[in-house]
Amino acid sequence: MSTDDMHHADNHDHGSVRSYTTGFILSVILTAIPFILVMAGGFSSRMLTVMVVLGMAVIQIVVHMIYFLHMNSKSEKGWTLISLVFTIVVLFIMLSGSVWVMYHMNTNMMPMPQGMTGQ
Amino acid sequence: MSSTVTNAEPRRFHLDHEPHLPEGDSTMLGFWIYLMSDCLIFAVLFAVYAVLGQGFAGGPGPKELFELPLVALNTAMLLLSSITYGFAMLEMAQKRQSQMIRWLIITGLFGAAFLTIELYEFYHLIHEGATPGSSAFLSSFFTLVGTHGLHVTFGIIWLITLLVQVTRTGLTPSNMRRLMCLSLFWHFLDVIWIGVFTFVYLMGMI
Repeated sequence: MSTDDMHHADNHDHGSVRSYTTGFILSVILTAIPFILVMAGGFSSRMLTVMVVLGMAVIQIVVHMIYFLHMNSKSEKGWTLISLVFTIVVLFIMLSGSVWVMYHMNTNMMPMPQGMTGQ
Repeated sequence: MSSTVTNAEPRRFHLDHEPHLPEGDSTMLGFWIYLMSDCLIFAVLFAVYAVLGQGFAGGPGPKELFELPLVALNTAMLLLSSITYGFAMLEMAQKRQSQMIRWLIITGLFGAAFLTIELYEFYHLIHEGATPGSSAFLSSFFTLVGTHGLHVTFGIIWLITLLVQVTRTGLTPSNMRRLMCLSLFWHFLDVIWIGVFTFVYLMGMI
């Protein structure tokens, strides 16, 4: 029983000063780069700026997941990771589906008076 | 074939013994699943913003309204509150209650600073006439950012509640479990904020 309790206590990773500081420094860098980039006016190619800003956000989310939320494949016997992956799948379907469907609705089904196309 | 089935022991779909789990053993997983469902709420609001964010109805757009230095300051507040909460959790693991409380108070103050700046921004927008009712873009903007701000508000209320509870009953296993749940909640809100400042503010200004 006591070993069981020990095991249970070890299950929750509290991290360390080092891991939190690493996560924090990485986050500051990953936040500063897109902000400075956009404030400075961005690259000449708008697409490239968008890709860099989005890329930084994705990396920063992963950094937060690892260093602050202590995500790994072993916590709660892998169930946290499985539920996260499931959520990401649903999230992707919902976001891309909504944007896709509504874009086509906008372009194909809503004849609007001049100047009200919203674009 | 049929004889083997009848001779075989009836299949059981339940466990012989209830697994003996310590109290609160499944709380962290349950709370994580709540956070995932909360994530879906935000995903819907992001989808709404993606769909309606271009509908300015002849009113002002992101480039006229948003002030990036203010957003950068806000981001810094939330990021700092995340690391101070982390330090509080490290003190909790060492059972150093007073140090933990000190870090939690600092976390709460950073959270309050974040909210103050956000409310100042909202006040400023509404004062300029950019109210939630003036365009589809602003409706979805206020809904998305406001929902995040509401989460931070409830996080602060929860934090104060736990501070009172810890000072009264000490670092009991249940209090530690609650603090760990709030830790997940707090860091989760920071993750959502990454999406907000990237998708709403930065993308709006490009």
